Amino acid sequence: MATIFGTPVKRREDPRLITGQAKYTDDLVEPGMVHMAVVRSPYAHARIKRIDTSKAAQMPGVLGVFTGKDMQAAGMGNMPCAWVVPNSDTKTPPYPAIAVDTVRYVGNAVAIVVATDRYLARDAADAVQVDYDPLPVVVDAVKATEAGAPQLHAEAPKNLAFHWKVSGGDVEAAFKQADVVVRETIVNQRLVPNAMEPRAALARYDAATDEVTLWVTSQNPHIVRFLLGLTTGIPENRVRVVAPEVGGGFGSKIPHYPEDAMVVFASKMVGRPVKWTETRSENYKATIHGRDHVQEVELAAKKDGTILGLRAKVWANLGAYLSTASTGVPTILHGLMLSGVYTIKNIHEDVYGVFTNTTPVDAYRGAGRPEATFLVERMVDLLARELSMDPVEVRRKNLIPPFTDGYTVATGLVYDTGNYQAALDKALELADYQGLRKKQAEARAAGKIMGIGVCTYAEICGLGPSSVAGAVGFGGGLWESAIVRFHPSGKVTVMVGVSPHGQGEETTFAQIVASELGVPIEDVQVVHGDTAQTPMGWGTYGSRTTAVGGGALAQAARKVKEKARAVAAHLLEASVEDIDYADGKFFVKGSPSKAKTIQDVCLMANVAWNLPKGMEPGLEASAFFDPPNFVYPFGAHIAVVEIDPDTYEVKLVKYVAVDDCGKVINPMIVEGQIHGGIVQGIGQALWEGARYDEQGQLLTGSMMDYVVPKAEFFPKFELGATETPTTVNALGVKGIGETGTIASTPAVYNAVMDALAPFKVRKVDMPLTPERIWRAIRDAQRS
Amino acid sequence: MKVPVSVTVNGVTHAVEVEPRLLLVHFLRETLGLTGTNVGCDTSQCGSCTVLIDGEAVKSCTVLAVQADGRQVTTIEGLARNGTLHPLQEAFWEKHGLQCGFCTPGMIMTAVDLLARNPNPTEAEIRHGLEGNLCRCTGYQNIVAAVQHAAARMKG
Amino acid sequence: MYPASFEYYRPKTLAEAAALLGRHQEARLLAGGHSLLPLLKLRLASPPALIDIGGLAELKGIQARAGALTIGALTTHAQVVSSREVAQHCPILAEAAALIGDLQVRNRGTVGGSLAHADPGADYPTVMLALGATMTASNGQATRDIAADAFFTDLFTTSLQPNELLTAVSVRSYGKGTGGAYVKHKHPASGYAVVGVAALVTVNGGTCEQVSLVVGGATGTPVRATAAEQALRGQPVNDATVGAAVRKVAEAIRDPLGDVYASGDYRVHLATVLAGRALRTAAERARA
Repeated sequence: MATIFGTPVKRREDPRLITGQAKYTDDLVEPGMVHMAVVRSPYAHARIKRIDTSKAAQMPGVLGVFTGKDMQAAGMGNMPCAWVVPNSDTKTPPYPAIAVDTVRYVGNAVAIVVATDRYLARDAADAVQVDYDPLPVVVDAVKATEAGAPQLHAEAPKNLAFHWKVSGGDVEAAFKQADVVVRETIVNQRLVPNAMEPRAALARYDAATDEVTLWVTSQNPHIVRFLLGLTTGIPENRVRVVAPEVGGGFGSKIPHYPEDAMVVFASKMVGRPVKWTETRSENYKATIHGRDHVQEVELAAKKDGTILGLRAKVWANLGAYLSTASTGVPTILHGLMLSGVYTIKNIHEDVYGVFTNTTPVDAYRGAGRPEATFLVERMVDLLARELSMDPVEVRRKNLIPPFTDGYTVATGLVYDTGNYQAALDKALELADYQGLRKKQAEARAAGKIMGIGVCTYAEICGLGPSSVAGAVGFGGGLWESAIVRFHPSGKVTVMVGVSPHGQGEETTFAQIVASELGVPIEDVQVVHGDTAQTPMGWGTYGSRTTAVGGGALAQAARKVKEKARAVAAHLLEASVEDIDYADGKFFVKGSPSKAKTIQDVCLMANVAWNLPKGMEPGLEASAFFDPPNFVYPFGAHIAVVEIDPDTYEVKLVKYVAVDDCGKVINPMIVEGQIHGGIVQGIGQALWEGARYDEQGQLLTGSMMDYVVPKAEFFPKFELGATETPTTVNALGVKGIGETGTIASTPAVYNAVMDALAPFKVRKVDMPLTPERIWRAIRDAQRS
Repeated sequence: MKVPVSVTVNGVTHAVEVEPRLLLVHFLRETLGLTGTNVGCDTSQCGSCTVLIDGEAVKSCTVLAVQADGRQVTTIEGLARNGTLHPLQEAFWEKHGLQCGFCTPGMIMTAVDLLARNPNPTEAEIRHGLEGNLCRCTGYQNIVAAVQHAAARMKG
Repeated sequence: MYPASFEYYRPKTLAEAAALLGRHQEARLLAGGHSLLPLLKLRLASPPALIDIGGLAELKGIQARAGALTIGALTTHAQVVSSREVAQHCPILAEAAALIGDLQVRNRGTVGGSLAHADPGADYPTVMLALGATMTASNGQATRDIAADAFFTDLFTTSLQPNELLTAVSVRSYGKGTGGAYVKHKHPASGYAVVGVAALVTVNGGTCEQVSLVVGGATGTPVRATAAEQALRGQPVNDATVGAAVRKVAEAIRDPLGDVYASGDYRVHLATVLAGRALRTAAERARA
């Protein structure tokens, strides 16, 4: 049975998904259900002078029209920020679910309409008349901190949400010793997550019991329940939150959103279940965005390429309000990772979190680590260029040597295990790096534009120890829990607090349990996503589901096994120490014929006719796992691009990824995660970018303008792996959900800049559109 | 003013009255309760809502229900026959061609049309043929592998 | 995602459709719906009435006769792509149709709908102008022919009268000695032409006898690159003459469109590059 662990078991999620039987939130219908539409501000910054709902209220099918004042009058609270980073002077201005007197971004809710169908709800929403008094707008984070900039919140002078610092070593001294200093201003542009399923929420409030059920597109129903208790005032134990089938999240379904509170409020007001489903256009405005950093960076090094120090100043655009986890992303998840995979002894970074008249920014796949990895990997490449060294050689010179027992970087993090050299070597071999350089020389001689880019990375995930969560201001824990329950028939139900939504843990978790307990994998049912059925857990994000949730599950399975062993010993009239377990059977050491199957043991535990004295009946266990550390997967990616010498379109011709996520439970699923991550990361490098005009209008407000990558943009990726288990959890597994996104943006960007080196171009802002490359070459040739 | 229509969906004819503005995708999802067809965008880009009308792949968010009057519509729910999965459904499962599954019904329905037109597509032809279907999870590699796998199986 | 209400009419004949259009001046015609429905869903348009002409048999079909190809307005892009008549008589049309939208869009979108909508990023207008196509319009009582260069008057605007509907488009067949090519830079998200260039070249004994070169996407309506055509006409076709002609393409483009993806300057640059590619490919095909 141990063979189940590490094998490409086909996913048990798939039969319902490939036949259209899966139920996403918008697929659900409750008796008497009605629909909510949201009236949103067309202005990025304005005072609300007057809202006239009278016409809308008279329209066919309308049950109610409500404003922010109505919500306040009903005792509904503001949206909470769940992460207040210490020593950063964080300001958390009020964030009402529906704006009360001021709107601060295009898409800010100003009223809601409830009607008997979606078309009628939209009709009535369009009939709500709002008079605005426009205010000056600021969309750029750097400009927002300058004197005279429009102010968003009275509580946050200069629009500063926080100023956070991280320091390690002596940066001043490092820069004094340096032979060479490279400088760059990096724009890590704003992205739109674009989970294929738009958000949706359905609330059913029961006035008789003051209980509410919320079905919602969430990555973490338990957190939503916790926070919904705060926003709606309904005690947490009367709130049930269900994340049914969820169509991708990528971070955008972590936050507790205003609409969650609105549907609960609306259901309470109209006395019927109320559903809201976002349109894609709405999604672009009302669902969080990601990234959006401006980074001023300096890297100090010796002539031989040894890096001495790194100094950076970052303006992180947080949008108009602090979304649930927004402040942790550019700080803890970014600033602490500035050492990358290198022995950089001296690091200092200032991060300014800034309010602007834009959609709130929060965690998007990678969340902070892409912004850190891009920064470091770009600076390393610039150093290589400055010193006329091969970028691989500069990396080799600075890589942290292999370690199995922790390595402390200058920012204070202790990486768990790593062998960065091995991953790099494997990637170089898979890509035939030397051969590629030869080909590049030939291509250049023939007038072609070709480039090769490398990224070596490590990332922090498997969030994480709860004590650290507390120390860095996260308003919750980061442990996970699981229950393993044997039914009398020997079948197993597993209930977990994490909430996967496409990552396949129904399958990998069944693999864990089948391997641990020796039961057939078909006998293991995995339940998640419903707070009424599952134990507390903090959710699926930060590549923590398997590393932390799986860790809890393995622990619970082992507890169950120990109880079963005691029952078996009793039935076999042997002492517990003499009982071995293999292939689903307990047997007395040395006499395998004296055996009880786990099903026999399970039946006896459940009927309890003959149990050891004092033993409680039943065969189940619950476990809580609070990991002692984060996990740090790593790897090396290599990209090869060709650029059309006339139009300057970038064509990705080869992509090699070597990733190390420790032990692998299901290699098929791991590879799928890597493929998807790579595409999202390359999307940032080449096509994706949210752009606002000066008035705060989103110019890339739909899939017509914002480029979600398509199948034909990519070659077939070549994957390799090394395996360096972690010691942080019982399974030796690290996370793999975000590595592709973290590594591929710098790999492809570096490849394009390598291609453009003969033109003396060293910087083009992302996304690397043909026009931007054309302009950069033209400008370089002119100067 | 409702308009009478008669639409055959997965072999069953539904004669009902609909509002002219009702989109085919809402007719399928809300009037008929066939929620396998998903809505992922509102600008006809994502392809999640793809169904077959008279055997041709179309985006059901960009068709009015009244335009389907008298037509044969096939949705993901109608693809398996007598409990046997369509080779494309099998292949998506076999090759891990889906993760969250939201784009999958539309992706499969487009692939049905793609293979009907070109039973022996190259990898590049598959990638190009799926340009009207967006997936944010898989990176497409295993979707392409699934279509190739199904093509091989369907040739026998 | 939820269109506003409208009255719905489904005429059975062209005459009936034209009569309805006469009665409802604000009504919009619905063919495949792939230009109109996206606007309705975003409520960028909320016409009081739709006249669904999707069932009019007289607007369907492709016919080749007497050196001309007539394509009914309701012909879908997919039908153009797979039509034997088009492949034989006017292959540039199939080349352009295959680059429209995606498989699903090509299955529904129609030639007439695309031409009447006159989106600056559409592909057919550019090709029709290059081909010197003739649009046929009907008001139910009378039909009239409109030359392509008089048809597209501004972005999203044609010379159709409010009570007229486009019934067909006719193009001359071209064969041996003439080659056509449509080259397009697709917007990576929308699939529309950032710039599309259509070229038709007639080569006789190595000399360019006739040339038609039209740039779409860069401006509100497609424009003929007259100076470039003049530069090439009567010249031997080679890299030098094509290069010289291409350098004159920019002269044709006034007030180019720009957006987040591509500015006007870059569109002019693209037009120049793509014109070279289109001319070279067309000339090669002419010689084949």
